[in-house]
Amino acid sequence: MSEQNAPVAISFQQVFTSFSIKKERSTVLKNITATVPKGDIVALIGPSGSGKSTLLSLCNLLHTADSGEVLVEGVNVLNWNVTELRRKVGLVFQSPTMFPGTVRENLALARRLQGSTLNDPESLLINVGLSPDLLDHDASDLSGGQKQRIALARVLSTEPHALLLDEVTSALDPSAARNVEEWILQIHAKERTTMLWVTHHLEQAQRVSQWTWLMVDGHLIEATETKRFFSSPQSEHGQLFLQGELSGYLT
Amino acid sequence: MSLLTLSFTLAFVAIAIILSTWLKIGVERDIIIATVRSTIQLLIVGYILKIVFGLNNPLFIVLMIILMIAVATQNASKRGNGIVGVTWRILIAITIAEVIAQSLLVGLHIIPAKAQYLIPISGMIIGNAMIVSGLLLNRLQSEAASHRQEIITLLALGGTPKQSMMPFVKQAIRASLIPTIDSTKTMGLVQLPGMMTGQIIAGADPIIAVRFQLVVLFSFMASAMIASITLGFLTYPSLFNQYQQLILPVSSK
Repeated sequence: MSEQNAPVAISFQQVFTSFSIKKERSTVLKNITATVPKGDIVALIGPSGSGKSTLLSLCNLLHTADSGEVLVEGVNVLNWNVTELRRKVGLVFQSPTMFPGTVRENLALARRLQGSTLNDPESLLINVGLSPDLLDHDASDLSGGQKQRIALARVLSTEPHALLLDEVTSALDPSAARNVEEWILQIHAKERTTMLWVTHHLEQAQRVSQWTWLMVDGHLIEATETKRFFSSPQSEHGQLFLQGELSGYLT
Repeated sequence: MSLLTLSFTLAFVAIAIILSTWLKIGVERDIIIATVRSTIQLLIVGYILKIVFGLNNPLFIVLMIILMIAVATQNASKRGNGIVGVTWRILIAITIAEVIAQSLLVGLHIIPAKAQYLIPISGMIIGNAMIVSGLLLNRLQSEAASHRQEIITLLALGGTPKQSMMPFVKQAIRASLIPTIDSTKTMGLVQLPGMMTGQIIAGADPIIAVRFQLVVLFSFMASAMIASITLGFLTYPSLFNQYQQLILPVSSK
């Protein structure tokens, strides 16, 4: 990809990944080589089924590549202590999973798994734009947008160096989506957390990211500066995708 | 009961076959196979038991129990298709349950250490542990499949497989024990247990028969629990690979 000399947070080197579905092996990632610069936001776009979520899941080792290497902070993910890696590289899912109990208990979850306690749940909530009054509410009573922000805050409680965001706003109504997006950007402004952000919302990609990666059918077609991608995509696929003529959803 | 009298009971089989043929239910063949198999199997077991009881040699008692455990393990492992090394895990679970139960029963002099007590009670304990093991394996896989997102969320937050899976292991253990506990609760009200019925028919004092039945029931509950917990804790790690990723057996997808 581009000519940056900035330090690299996550890097993929000739990565292939496949799944077996009904005894048939299908390759979902085909020779991915790219780097996520430290402190930047990369938007990952492409038609559904192009392998975006799989690429994310390689970074925190929820899946393993068949071949090639995935490096986080210069170290192959296979050589990381798995739980340590997952705390350093937080993942926020499309639909937030709340566990039975209060907001406070949900926020403290990641720390409890580590065997420690969460000292300042109030500031975590404020950090994602929620009132500390919510702490003792039942987590299942919250709205979708609130749950997603709790899920985000829960991941942030482990003080991750990088965040993987898997269509985190696509299950939300437009105003909640915008709200979650803004709070993520605020966190980025404050912490300079590296982010790999899967979205099918092209305007969102344009708003939030410095870099845009276009994936089609397991291939990384284009990886370039967001401004450049949206003004003059270099690949034919990129042009088609922006025109909404590539299979998959577009705004 | 003479063999002639026994053969009259074939009338029941005839009724079943006639009904099945008449209503075109199509189970005649299975009824005949079941009749022949159960007759042969039970007659053989009867003779083997007679020999073993007569010898009253500890070696034969142990061999008999090992055979029962092996058959039970083989049977229960069908429920765990796709789980790596499920057979030896079941073998360990059932063996531990049987050994602990019998040690208590014999050690506390609840039953005499004689073949005629050890073998039937072992058979019942092992049989029940087998059913509980099958239920546990079934439930463990379905819990993992239906709570996949929760498990993955916990893993992604830096939880270990144990932390991520433990609520569902416990749920599976609980579910596997419900039939045993429920049948114990209604015992005597809904049905008279087979062992007690057998003793009463054979002429034993119902009070004595009840006492033995209680021995069996209580050892059932404990041994079912031991088998289920052992198997649950031995099995859940095999749902994860070396990178702490959840891998569900194909059969549960």
